[in-house]
Amino acid sequence: MTGAQGAADGEALPVGGAMRVMGAETEYGIHAPSAPSANATMMSARVVQAYAQVTRQRAAGGAETRWDYTDEEPLHDARGWTVDRGAAHPTQLTDQPPVLDAEAVALAYGREELELDGQDESGTLLMNMVLGNGARLYVDHAHPEYSSPEVTNPRDAVAWDAAGDLVGLAAVRRLAADPTLPPVNLYKNNTDNKSVSYGSHENYLMPRSVPFGDIVRGLTPFFVSRQVVCGAGRLGIGQDSSAPGFQISQRADFFEAEVGLETTIRRPIINTRDEPHATADKYRRLHVIIGDANLSQVSNYLKFGTTALVLSLIEAGLAPKIEVYEPVAALKTVSHDTSLTAKLRLLDGRRVTALDLQWIYHEAAAKLAQDTGVGDTVDGDGHTHEVLERWASVLTQLDSDRAAAATSVEWLAKLSLLDGYRQRDGLEWNDARLGLVDLQWADIRPEKGLYYRLLSRNRMQRVVDDSAIAAAVAHPPADTRAFFRGKCISSFGKDVVGASWDSVIFDVPGYGRLQRVPTREPLRGTKALTGALFERYREAAPFLGELLGHNSTPPAA
Amino acid sequence: MAGQEQQQPQSRDSQVDEDIPEAPPAPPEAQASASTEGVDDLLDEIDGVLESNAEEFVRAFVQKGGQ
Repeated sequence: MTGAQGAADGEALPVGGAMRVMGAETEYGIHAPSAPSANATMMSARVVQAYAQVTRQRAAGGAETRWDYTDEEPLHDARGWTVDRGAAHPTQLTDQPPVLDAEAVALAYGREELELDGQDESGTLLMNMVLGNGARLYVDHAHPEYSSPEVTNPRDAVAWDAAGDLVGLAAVRRLAADPTLPPVNLYKNNTDNKSVSYGSHENYLMPRSVPFGDIVRGLTPFFVSRQVVCGAGRLGIGQDSSAPGFQISQRADFFEAEVGLETTIRRPIINTRDEPHATADKYRRLHVIIGDANLSQVSNYLKFGTTALVLSLIEAGLAPKIEVYEPVAALKTVSHDTSLTAKLRLLDGRRVTALDLQWIYHEAAAKLAQDTGVGDTVDGDGHTHEVLERWASVLTQLDSDRAAAATSVEWLAKLSLLDGYRQRDGLEWNDARLGLVDLQWADIRPEKGLYYRLLSRNRMQRVVDDSAIAAAVAHPPADTRAFFRGKCISSFGKDVVGASWDSVIFDVPGYGRLQRVPTREPLRGTKALTGALFERYREAAPFLGELLGHNSTPPAA
Repeated sequence: MAGQEQQQPQSRDSQVDEDIPEAPPAPPEAQASASTEGVDDLLDEIDGVLESNAEEFVRAFVQKGGQ
């Protein structure tokens, strides 16, 4: 064992299973059908703005919540070096606030497009919000992105990621009700099927003491194969969908390297961005870019849960000793084989299917969970047992009962729907109606999104109930620092001028300067540690006074 | 107080959440026809939900690059 997270302060999660500090980032596809040439960055900003209006946060704060970029280090490579800024692709410079003025938009997307959009509103657009549930909602290049608050387990990961879909839905509704603006649709998918992909990333906290090489070796065969459980399904083969057909993953065809720092070009299976957003000598934040955005709750749950289990194996030095021959090609082979029978070559000469690989990892994870006790149904950590059970159940169904698997595995649910159309109407794979089914699967409006139509007929299984997701829109998780961040926004929003994953910045009347509260331990700032403090104060000044150990009155300015 | 706590986006639907109930095993033929009917019914519903002019709608969905 390499030690528990946050152990120094006594807040540690059980080691060896599926519990871990984790979070999701989702970039939504954005489209205004009535204004197809509208600028995507401006539309994304309108989404953020609309949500600010829904929550009235802006009215309370008087301005957007600025992102605090102090600790962002997007060019730090986990392999031990830093990329020179001049050598980096401009999209890698994520530590600079996006200034959306007309000139920046023109530089990025061409002046003509800006003129097409018509309105010169760029000076007033809202680009970033920190939400009362601890999440961040912002404009990432040309997409609205919801980054979930930090949670400690896969069930909460599903709830707070799905909460992002409700945040987006609230913004979409608001824009649809505004007669002066074109309605905007948001899609929880990862490609426009015309050569462009946008990401949904996962983040996992790990002890820095784990060698990065172990992470690469332990994760690569797992990432090549886990899409059979959590792929979202995609119509078309190749980045530009030039070959007709259906494949398991939205993202597989966009990956071109095994390991690397980039996220927008030459995408690697293992991303090495090393921004811990926490105490840097203790933690690494593993930034996973290979996943599909999931609407299916079971696929999403297993995406986070099984990956957390495999990271526990790696930390324990017990990851299966397997190496896949040419993993980038193998990733595509798996994605393009919906029969799940394709054999991958291992470097030791064995030939195995993606399901075989998943079972190898399952067996190792189940053994570790048993040895550490975290998988026990009664005395375990309350999560690992369920992840292992659901994982085994889905793998078994994928092998022997695909109709049952289609109620939980997203790509298979989508494929079943497409097959229904193909059979009823005799459609070829390249028929536009199938393309529309693939796209509209991911529309986040429940009346239009085809995933939601299946969900409403109980054709898709749930992991969390609707009330838990609705609660996650308004409230932060109780057991991470996201609690502190979210409560600062909801309780003292007008006095918070900036925030980030590891800080909240106050501008309180009476204090002579800004007060930056660092939150570098992800398992502190919890409800247990700070809940009573929030209960005690209605005003930020005395709250800060007690928190920072000042007298209860602010110092003279 | 910011309005975050009071303003909740509307819940998706009021459907009671529960996993798909396990039906008692049916004879294979009956099962197959029930499942086919379910699919036909589902496709009929989705026909009414799909955007009109599929080809144009799909063609117009063009995204800028992302991560």
